[in-house]
Amino acid sequence: MSEVITTRPEAAAPSRVALAVEAWGRTLQRVPLHLAIVIFMIIWLIPTVGLIINSFRSVQDMGNAGWWTTLFPPRGFTLASYNQVLGIENVVSSIVNSILITVPATVIQLAIATMAAYAFAWMSFPGRNLFFIVIVGLMVVPIQMTLIPVLKLFAATGLAGSIVAVWLAHSGYGLPFEVFLLRNYIGSLPREIFESAEVDGAGHSTRFLRLAVPMTVPAIASLTIFVFLGVWNDLLVSLTYLGNSPNRPFTVVITQLVTSLGGGWQFLTAAAVLQMALPLAVFIFLQRYFVRGITSGSVKG
Amino acid sequence: MDRVITAGVAVVGVPVVLLGYLLLGERILERLPGRLQSWFRPYFWALPAISFATIFMVYPTINTAILSFYSRDSTEFVGFANYKYFFTFPDTLLSLRNSLFWLVFFTVFSVGLGLIVAILVDRVGYESIAKIAIFLPVPISAVAASIIWKFMFDYQPPGAVQTGTLNATLGTVGFQPVAWLSNKATNNAALIFVGIWSFTGFCMVIISASLKAISSEVLEAARMDGASEVRIVRLIVTPLLWPTITVVGTTAIITALKVFDIVYVLTAGAYDTSVIAVQMFSQLTSGGHFGRAAAVGVILFLAIVPLLVVNVRRFQQQEEMR
Repeated sequence: MSEVITTRPEAAAPSRVALAVEAWGRTLQRVPLHLAIVIFMIIWLIPTVGLIINSFRSVQDMGNAGWWTTLFPPRGFTLASYNQVLGIENVVSSIVNSILITVPATVIQLAIATMAAYAFAWMSFPGRNLFFIVIVGLMVVPIQMTLIPVLKLFAATGLAGSIVAVWLAHSGYGLPFEVFLLRNYIGSLPREIFESAEVDGAGHSTRFLRLAVPMTVPAIASLTIFVFLGVWNDLLVSLTYLGNSPNRPFTVVITQLVTSLGGGWQFLTAAAVLQMALPLAVFIFLQRYFVRGITSGSVKG
Repeated sequence: MDRVITAGVAVVGVPVVLLGYLLLGERILERLPGRLQSWFRPYFWALPAISFATIFMVYPTINTAILSFYSRDSTEFVGFANYKYFFTFPDTLLSLRNSLFWLVFFTVFSVGLGLIVAILVDRVGYESIAKIAIFLPVPISAVAASIIWKFMFDYQPPGAVQTGTLNATLGTVGFQPVAWLSNKATNNAALIFVGIWSFTGFCMVIISASLKAISSEVLEAARMDGASEVRIVRLIVTPLLWPTITVVGTTAIITALKVFDIVYVLTAGAYDTSVIAVQMFSQLTSGGHFGRAAAVGVILFLAIVPLLVVNVRRFQQQEEMR
């Protein structure tokens, strides 16, 4: 009886210590993990941080000392580069053009691609493999290979230099990759969901809109980001089909500035920062769609 | 203002029109007899995509392939002369070698790092911040990235103040500065690293999206059974991620072979850094030879054929499993 009473606290005390030691051990075990992530983050961030800091320095300072010298005063931060960039004719209107090109082009191609991807994933038809082989092949066709025939096509239809031309061209170029990626994603969705929906009498449009599309949201969300960025950052397509048209986007104007300036390009750090600001905001905004387990509940539900 | 209205109409109108096309088309299809229905339906769903692909890719590609057998101004049939040129001229052969470098190192490092980072950040509380940091280079265009890396690779003669981040770091450790972009021993590696820097975030986000689709119950069950994190990654996560890794790997290889912007903006292919796509572009613009440019494009396309076979095989395996 007395033994029981005395052993109880003795048994409990070491276990509490052991628990604490174990918790510490787990934390210590995770140190390499945190270290690896932090080092990787630093290496990946430094180039961009350097650019952003340089964009707030005078061109003269950039030539005299590295960006890291601003960690200590005198820092000499200035908005001179931004004033210089935004003061250039065409810059502000080209930023507007970039938005007007990017948003519709993204919506058009993703809507069309999702539909086609569903057909390739869940319908069997003669020639499906052949069509898919063509799509996989088209994904890798260099855009340069299509430029001259398409340019002739735009000239013949009166679309050359118009914003519609770039929407259509971007959609055409982007579709193969999107259909390929979305088809693989939609095709890996659990078959039972679609079969039980079919048994319940749901047609293809219902299965597509109510099942396939909602379950593909993680893929569509990440794809939207990349399509948006691809069009936003595109140079070749806009340069070819818009040239010096007033509809030309920011990237084309920056490139024209770089080539026309030759030396003294350092103030374009500000243009580079402005160019990457919007895509980054979009990425952060869409982060919330990267939610774990969007599909995990769908079989049960 | 007109452009704003047109853009707005397109953003709202295109999905509405497609939805109408879909619902109306399905209503018509459902009235058809069963056989006809299943015959027409897939083509009906894929028609918009197929039309776009045909007009903007299939037709122009065939047109260009034909032109690769023609002379500079596409007037005279020259047989394989343009291909013979590609495989005998030192500059084009060098670009072929560099594209192989890109293919191997760019693909292995960006997909490998993307996978590792996706798995690592999934296990910490600051995941979204870490992902933003590593994704940060992806939104940056080649033009902006070239300005960034010009500062990173900046070279001043030994003794002068090094304002380039890399050479200043080397100087602190006691090494001589390196002319990263003009030194033939380093420049291809430097350019490929810029590519890896901007592409790893892409790999990470796609792999991570599919990592999130792995049921957390499966992982919890494995943890309850006492499986270590390493075992979970090796035996559960990686096999489930494999289809995604193949897709991302395929994309990386294609990106590597098509790489143009980074090389063109940073070195314009000088100092032995040219790649196939840059070679094609210079044949087209400075060379003004459409036949040769087209031939380079066709070679680029042919280099992809093995990938095509792999993808089709996987496509068929997926079919058998379903």
